[in-house]
Amino acid sequence: MTNRRNSMPTLSLAADGPTLSVDAFLFALKVMLLFFAAWSLVGTVALQIDGRGITGPAWRDAIVGGLAQGFMYGLIALGYSMVYGVLGFINFAHGEVFMTGGMAAYFVSDALFDVGMWESAFPAAFLIALISAALVSTVVAVLIERVAYRSLRAAPRLIPLITSIGMSFFLQYAVRGLFGDGFKTVPVLPTALQDRVSIFGLEIEGIKLLVIVTAIVSMVGLWLFVERSRTGRAIRAVAEDKEIAGLMGIDVNRTVVMTFAIGGAMAGVAGMLWAMLFRKVYFLSGFLPGIKAFTAAVLGGIGNLIGAMLGGVTLGVVEAAGPTLLQGLTWSVPTWLAYALGVGAAAMSVLGLLRLRERDARRAGTNLGMIVFGVIGALIAFTKLPGADVYIPGTSQLKDMIAFVVLIGVLMIRPVGLLGERLAVEERG
Amino acid sequence: MSRRINNIRRLGVLMVVLALFAAACGDDDDTTTTTAAAGGEFVPGPLGFVEVAPGGAIQIRAHQSITGETAPLGTDQVRGVELAIADFGQIHGHDVALGTVEDDGCAAEGGQAGAQAIIAQEGVIGVIGTTCSGAGAAALPVYSDAGMVLISGSNTSPSLTSDLLGTAGDNYHPGYYRTAHNDFFQGGAVARYAYNELEVRTVAAIHDGDPYTEGLASAFRAAFEELGGTVSVFTAVNKGDTDMTAVLTEVAAGAPELVFFPVFQPEGDFVIQQQGGIAGLEDVVWMGADGLKVDDFLVLPETEGMYFSGADLRLDGTAVTGVSYSQFRANYEAAYGEPPVADFHAHTYDATLMLLSAIRDTAFVEDDGTLKIDRQAIRDYLTAVSGFAGLTGTLSCDAFGDCGSAKISVVFHEDPADPQATKTNVVYSEAGGVAG
Repeated sequence: MTNRRNSMPTLSLAADGPTLSVDAFLFALKVMLLFFAAWSLVGTVALQIDGRGITGPAWRDAIVGGLAQGFMYGLIALGYSMVYGVLGFINFAHGEVFMTGGMAAYFVSDALFDVGMWESAFPAAFLIALISAALVSTVVAVLIERVAYRSLRAAPRLIPLITSIGMSFFLQYAVRGLFGDGFKTVPVLPTALQDRVSIFGLEIEGIKLLVIVTAIVSMVGLWLFVERSRTGRAIRAVAEDKEIAGLMGIDVNRTVVMTFAIGGAMAGVAGMLWAMLFRKVYFLSGFLPGIKAFTAAVLGGIGNLIGAMLGGVTLGVVEAAGPTLLQGLTWSVPTWLAYALGVGAAAMSVLGLLRLRERDARRAGTNLGMIVFGVIGALIAFTKLPGADVYIPGTSQLKDMIAFVVLIGVLMIRPVGLLGERLAVEERG
Repeated sequence: MSRRINNIRRLGVLMVVLALFAAACGDDDDTTTTTAAAGGEFVPGPLGFVEVAPGGAIQIRAHQSITGETAPLGTDQVRGVELAIADFGQIHGHDVALGTVEDDGCAAEGGQAGAQAIIAQEGVIGVIGTTCSGAGAAALPVYSDAGMVLISGSNTSPSLTSDLLGTAGDNYHPGYYRTAHNDFFQGGAVARYAYNELEVRTVAAIHDGDPYTEGLASAFRAAFEELGGTVSVFTAVNKGDTDMTAVLTEVAAGAPELVFFPVFQPEGDFVIQQQGGIAGLEDVVWMGADGLKVDDFLVLPETEGMYFSGADLRLDGTAVTGVSYSQFRANYEAAYGEPPVADFHAHTYDATLMLLSAIRDTAFVEDDGTLKIDRQAIRDYLTAVSGFAGLTGTLSCDAFGDCGSAKISVVFHEDPADPQATKTNVVYSEAGGVAG
């Protein structure tokens, strides 16, 4: 029997069927995602040149809107990343921490409005509301750590994850029970913020500028704190290796509490900004932003603070500009380009065939994929692609789908996220 | 010897089994033998019947949107139901009980859950509901299979009844009736107003994917294109969306003169508040429908200058109870401390009156005061309604349950500080598709 096994026939792939097909399929999926992304981008540029795209001011508004939204996602994502870095699990209740910050912002701003301070001394009122929101979120975050997660410190990481899901529901419905299920409307902003402000030659809505500036200031403050202060160093040490950090004399419990507190404070700031921008908060406000911020944290590289911010901004901009970019698919590919792509696909097919002769079992599936889908791609490129008329109704309804498909794409092509993960020593390879 | 005993055992088991079959498949006593004892001719129909004991109450239910952002729409209608029950009085000496109002949540989940809760209760003859067509589409199959009737004062989606040309809608089931208009009328009225009165030629429409908003936006698009106009953007938001940058950018790219967005709160709030931040929408006329014609939305300063389509509330009908619309408003305000908050209170009042009239006119009264109400008879009565005097006009039901008088109006919103004035500031109206 061993003799048979050692003398492999010339074209045997030395890998089993299911693995091959999965590898080939994944390869095809990555190629398709890249192809459609490239088509959208090139198509958008081509349509823009043609004069059939959206106007410059519309692009500006879309991107600024995306940045404002993205910075808020980034602030929330910081909390997810920090907790994952230090404790190794995803705190699903963090979205609700953000929501309580938003609710606090509503109550404080409403009270200030009744007193008249909201209109007469807006900067001071804004700061008071901001600090209140951050405080409330911090308290909630520290409380849930103490109540739900501290006793599970030694448990397998799935347990606190499930607990956090339960905590999320608890917070949502506690807020609903206490404050009702209707939307709370935040008081009107002063007209100075509703008008456009001219900065660097761009005309941006005042409120969006405020959101972006506040978020950047908070983020810079956080980064300085984590990098320069003793507590920040302690957090990084505990994130690196909890046991050794404890042996070095760092109070692990206190550091974990600080982590939750800082993440909570950032979420509270995000909650205040959300309330200012959208003017409505309710008990389920934290659900969808929480999920999106979590994906932003993963997108940027989990455990990585700058990655969390970058992931958030990327997600926000993709959500806002994505539907417009998707319209790029309506640009009909010119024949010469289609033929060039067909030739490229055929070349890929040949390359796959050549690489098969290396008999590398790990790449066998990819090579097989290159052959099969190279042929299919070439056929489609030569027949269906020239002048293809794609019509997508209502792309704006697809904005969430676009955002998550981008996430899936990035993770398929670069699983560690954009800036790479920062994991504790227990989790690394 | 043992084989004989086995055979006898087998025979015994066979006889027992046959006897069970006979008992199960034979006629039930209930459905055939009551007549002789009562001395009358009560013949129950295929859907069964409800029996109300002497001194007992006749059970009907309400299934409306009573929590969340759409609560004003549903609460307004529940009040209409309560006033109708009070005005109609007793039926053959029995009180009418409303029970607990179920919440439809303005979504399919609420429609499904509420319907399951109601059909589990004893002796419910009919349900006044739902508020939202999305909930109605999910609730109707449940009610229909249970033999009940569902009469809505605010569902307007054409998919729940028909296309007015004889083809049943996708969500139609027997036992459904409504006193509100079919949205083919409303979409057509909006299109005619935009084309003929406002003289716009390029429009955009935004819906949110549920049967009501999509049905109305589609009806608007079809009618507007038939008049010769162009619908440059027909798109949607998702319920729960807060950031409207993407959809507003898409709408701005189509350079419309008017945008019709028949959505609900809070999506409508976000759209109208964020449209100022998108370049290209400066001169656009914004138009909403009855989902946004509520006080909470009208007080927003950004809504100034908007138009709203909805039911025409300049009503001059007198209902079978002898109550006119102005008297109804007075009673409403006396009972609840505020004027009606949304559009469909009068329609729901009429819907309740129709159900109560059906019960009164088809009930079989026994000598001891027991009422027997046949479910099929209720449906037959409602389908045959013609010339019924309601607050909203003279109602007649077609084969698919559309009973409304189809009075549509367009109002103009001048002053966010005075929402009540807007609701009577009619700039255009139609009745049954005819202007004037």
